[in-house]
Amino acid sequence: MQIALLGGLVLFVWWLAGNTHENLTERGIRTGFDYLWRPARFPISESIVRYDASDSFFWAYVVGLANTLWLSFLSILFATLLGLVVGLSRRSAHPLLSRFAGTYVTVLRNVPLIVQLLFWYAIATSLFPVPREALNPLPGVFLSIRGVYAPALTLGPGASMLLIVAAFLMVIAIVAGFKVSAGKPLPAKAASVGLFLCVWVVAIVWLSGMLGHPVGLEAPALKGLNFRGGMVLSPEFAAIITGLTIYTSAFIGEIIRGGIDAVEKGQWEGARALGLSERHIMFRIILPQALRIIVPPMTSQYLSTVKNTTLAVAVGYPELGLVVNTVINQTGQAIESILIMLAVFLSISLSVSAFMNWYNARVALVVR
Amino acid sequence: MTCKTTLTAMAMIAAFAAPALAQSTSTLDTVKERGRLICGSSQGTPGFGAPDDNGYWRGLDVETCRAVAVAVLDDKDAVDFVPLSGQQRIPALQTGEIDMLPRTLTWTLQRDANGINFTTPNYYEFTGFMMPKSLGITSVEDMAGASVCVQTGSTTEVVVNDVSTKNDLDLQPVVFDNTTAGRQAFFSGRCDALITDAGALASVRATMADNPDDYVIFPATPYMDALTPAVRHGDDQWLDIVTWSIQAMIAAEAFGLTSENIDDYLDSDDPRIRRFLGTDPGNGAALGLSDDFAYRIVKSVGNYAEVYDRNVGMDSPLKLERGYNALFNDGGLMFPLAFQ
Repeated sequence: MQIALLGGLVLFVWWLAGNTHENLTERGIRTGFDYLWRPARFPISESIVRYDASDSFFWAYVVGLANTLWLSFLSILFATLLGLVVGLSRRSAHPLLSRFAGTYVTVLRNVPLIVQLLFWYAIATSLFPVPREALNPLPGVFLSIRGVYAPALTLGPGASMLLIVAAFLMVIAIVAGFKVSAGKPLPAKAASVGLFLCVWVVAIVWLSGMLGHPVGLEAPALKGLNFRGGMVLSPEFAAIITGLTIYTSAFIGEIIRGGIDAVEKGQWEGARALGLSERHIMFRIILPQALRIIVPPMTSQYLSTVKNTTLAVAVGYPELGLVVNTVINQTGQAIESILIMLAVFLSISLSVSAFMNWYNARVALVVR
Repeated sequence: MTCKTTLTAMAMIAAFAAPALAQSTSTLDTVKERGRLICGSSQGTPGFGAPDDNGYWRGLDVETCRAVAVAVLDDKDAVDFVPLSGQQRIPALQTGEIDMLPRTLTWTLQRDANGINFTTPNYYEFTGFMMPKSLGITSVEDMAGASVCVQTGSTTEVVVNDVSTKNDLDLQPVVFDNTTAGRQAFFSGRCDALITDAGALASVRATMADNPDDYVIFPATPYMDALTPAVRHGDDQWLDIVTWSIQAMIAAEAFGLTSENIDDYLDSDDPRIRRFLGTDPGNGAALGLSDDFAYRIVKSVGNYAEVYDRNVGMDSPLKLERGYNALFNDGGLMFPLAFQ
């Protein structure tokens, strides 16, 4: 029976592919993946991996994918932390806090994400002045409509060695501080760790001087029409990350609250009878049990978040969807591009889901 | 938006995956049977294609559809407009969602070779930059480091990169999927410049700027683009019908025929005009239309000058000079092909 079903499916896909190919040929539309290696020629406004317009279409997809993963990772991380706060706030005994969290959840869950993104983008592009009148709250930090610019680390030759040695020496300094002051009260411990850290700073400055100061700070500067150099947080990225985090946190907050509420009341009563503090009860007894209930719905929430990153096109952040749109327009190879996007999102979703299933199996109640 | 694009693409896959239809049904027969012409249009570029306050579609590109509707269905209002984004438009035409695509579409080799056919240019223009006058920049060479709002799904993405590389300008593109979002970002000051077709820039300036005089438009490249309505591959008769419907408006201007005076020429002795109007039969029949199709187009839509002036020229808010869109004998690039 199953074999027949599988055979039928294979035949169906074969039939679809055959027809598609025949129809495409008939309409004179090019097919195939050889366009992947031609230069893309279109710009991508920002990326976490290097991209140049002379790179290939394939590399443009990689750049889009890297941006998608980076965006997904950050928004899932921030939304989970914020969601935990929201979920706990909603259960708070303080009426102001729980009402506020309740309003937060209701409003954010009922306004479409795309509307929220455009809202955040409008704020991001109207909050700050034009570059020439940029705010300069700290030396080297500029706030303007083009984004937030800050000094960036510049690494010269020998920089990686210096950084590794510095990190290693810092660990030694802290450990040595604790060893020396073993058995003494806390103020003495802190003083001795502080002393060793002072020695560490002197040593690092001396070492850096020996190597010719390979690590430096490059401050952004207004050159021509825009700031150059330094790190930048663009309004597009700020809008999408804020929007996604806040929207998702409302759902995650509800999942966490639901998970906590589902833990039996007897657990609270028992823990209180033992004289544990409320904080201890929550983090040591209730949350670990709630986790078993939380993980499965959380998995689908994470998957939705990954898929929601494609809405970033609305505010001009170049994630995979935007790159795919552009490639379709430049090459006309819609089917190939959409197939690649399907394959990529399927792989991401399956990976997230596999990881969460593994985690779920770990935290699940072991039934003997 | 992406989901829309994905849907379009899915629909496209579905459409392509369907068993090959009997090719005997021509677009002409389909349109006649349906009684409506379905046209791809922009999502709102006043002057070229946008609904007015009453929801009635107006614009230079829109009127090419009306001309075809008159030729085929004898009713300039028998047209349905489907607003399409830059990257939806070509798949929509290829899959048969629309019958023709007059949407400020640049005639390029890649597009021509890949599943669509171009008819005849209805507008010539350069790709331009629009910048606030206050920046004091009026040519590409001075734009070093400028950030540019670009809309995806257009040829301008490649232009911005080519211009930047060629002049070593290090332009910083901010790419938008949504036309309106990109334009708003420009006016909010997110970018120093907005790049798109000069005509569309004029349209944006006339309709979106608080004070249109505060903005300057200048060419991004020394080259002209031919904006050309397109049809699907594989239906030569339909290609001819759309081509000659647009040509009818250009020829009418060359002959001095307007929607006002055309009836006076019905008994003209000039053989060219007699053939054009269908007084001497043959032209319309060759296309599968009635012989007076050109007469009906001019009578109900107008000649090219009328259409130009009312939508983008001096009678419109855009106030664009005829420039390269003048007739050949006025120094422009528009010339009528032979109606015989």
